[in-house]
Amino acid sequence: MIEVTDLYKEFNGVPVLKGISTTFEKGKINMIIGQSGSGKTVFLKCLLGLFVPEKGVICFDGRKHTELSIKQQRQLRKEIGMVFQGGALYDSLTVEENIMFPLKMFTKNQPSEMLDRVNAVLKRVNLENVNKKFPAELSGGMQKRVAIARAIVMNPKYLFCDEPNSGLDPITATVIDNLIQEITKEYQMITIINSHDMNSVMEIGEKIVFLKNGVKAWEGTNKDIFKTENEVVVDFVYSSNLFKKVKEAYLNETK
Amino acid sequence: MNYLKHIGKYFIMLKQVFRKPQKWSVFREVLFREIEDLGLKSMGIIMFISFFVGGVVAIQTAMNIESPFIPKYLIGFAAKRSMILEFAPTFMSIILAGKVGSYIASSIGTMRVTEQIDALEVMGINSLNYLILPKIIAALFFYPLLILLAMFLGILGGYYAGILTDLFYSEDYIYGIQLDFDPYYIKYALTKTVVFAFVIATIPAYHGYYVKGGSLEVGRASTQAVVWTSIVIILLNYFLTQMILG
Repeated sequence: MIEVTDLYKEFNGVPVLKGISTTFEKGKINMIIGQSGSGKTVFLKCLLGLFVPEKGVICFDGRKHTELSIKQQRQLRKEIGMVFQGGALYDSLTVEENIMFPLKMFTKNQPSEMLDRVNAVLKRVNLENVNKKFPAELSGGMQKRVAIARAIVMNPKYLFCDEPNSGLDPITATVIDNLIQEITKEYQMITIINSHDMNSVMEIGEKIVFLKNGVKAWEGTNKDIFKTENEVVVDFVYSSNLFKKVKEAYLNETK
Repeated sequence: MNYLKHIGKYFIMLKQVFRKPQKWSVFREVLFREIEDLGLKSMGIIMFISFFVGGVVAIQTAMNIESPFIPKYLIGFAAKRSMILEFAPTFMSIILAGKVGSYIASSIGTMRVTEQIDALEVMGINSLNYLILPKIIAALFFYPLLILLAMFLGILGGYYAGILTDLFYSEDYIYGIQLDFDPYYIKYALTKTVVFAFVIATIPAYHGYYVKGGSLEVGRASTQAVVWTSIVIILLNYFLTQMILG
């Protein structure tokens, strides 16, 4: 479990996160949602250790992130897989080299073993015959799948995704969502997704944390979203007419 | 005050850069790639420029010697001295600051804005060490060789300029380049080159690594990197010359 307690982060004296506390459980897809500028990315980067919070505790299965030595932090980071918004694949490396990179850095495996692992994860994300291609030669959806393959190649315990389906067409976005969902269950990871795509939230989000101006405004499940009277959430979710209709349909169905 | 902040940040960066590589086999692989990118791919331009600069120096010197009392072998002597002492180490380093400096700043800057550096950090990799140390080693190892090549080609360029223009005899030129040869000047030039190589690898890396924003900022960082690298090279050239030859 990842436990976050009273997390504060500021930049040049301007508070961005103001005392966020929540928990993320194993085998579940947790989603952080909110408007642009609500602090989602900063929150995610604090969890990843890319930003050091001014105050608060982040605990990974009992290990307090802020109290770990550099060596222990490096060890913890090996247990983390991250899918960045743009994929963040290394341009100068082929798909195969990109995915093999963490294995080369952190394992003593033979090249043939590493290649087998690369092919296995590529197969898992439904990509084949792309080993020798460079990221620039792939479509956005394929790049995201390579990024997911790289994130899971070390069998991580924690998977973080920053807007994994932004910029993708609805079909590819659904494919990526389903893939993340399947992998989370298969590897029993703690998956945390930063998103403002309500389709993803409704489809795969098992726990939702809603941020507004750096404060946790609401948390619950995707089912609870339809029932909540929280004004901030209602304004955000039903800014789209489609979701108003979905809510009506859902409430009629459950009557 | 802002300059002091940057200088401090630059040295803090260097502290992180000079750590033991996390995996030697990966470091070796990256180092060879950097030798190719920063060194071998710069050979063409350095060879071209140094050859023609040598030629121009010889022609200019020949055209400015009007007095019949000044021996013609001084043309070769002047071409050799100017190539070894200044044109090869300093002028070529400025060229490299432009070519390699902009490449380093823009490639690292692009990695920063596309979150590739964050991806390294999330994996638990010291990104400064992984990205910059191989560039420094590659530059320190390869640039002295490039500068030696530039010296040779510059002097050769002067020789061919004489043959093509008939401004001086090749025998005089060859005598001039052999006259009063002091190996200490080569040592001085290579010492300067090593210092400049370090500057060429690290200042652009600093500008690229700490860039914030998007492609426009990467472009600006690249320009800033070239400007500052050139300024630092010129200043260091002055101080090193004072210290070593003064």
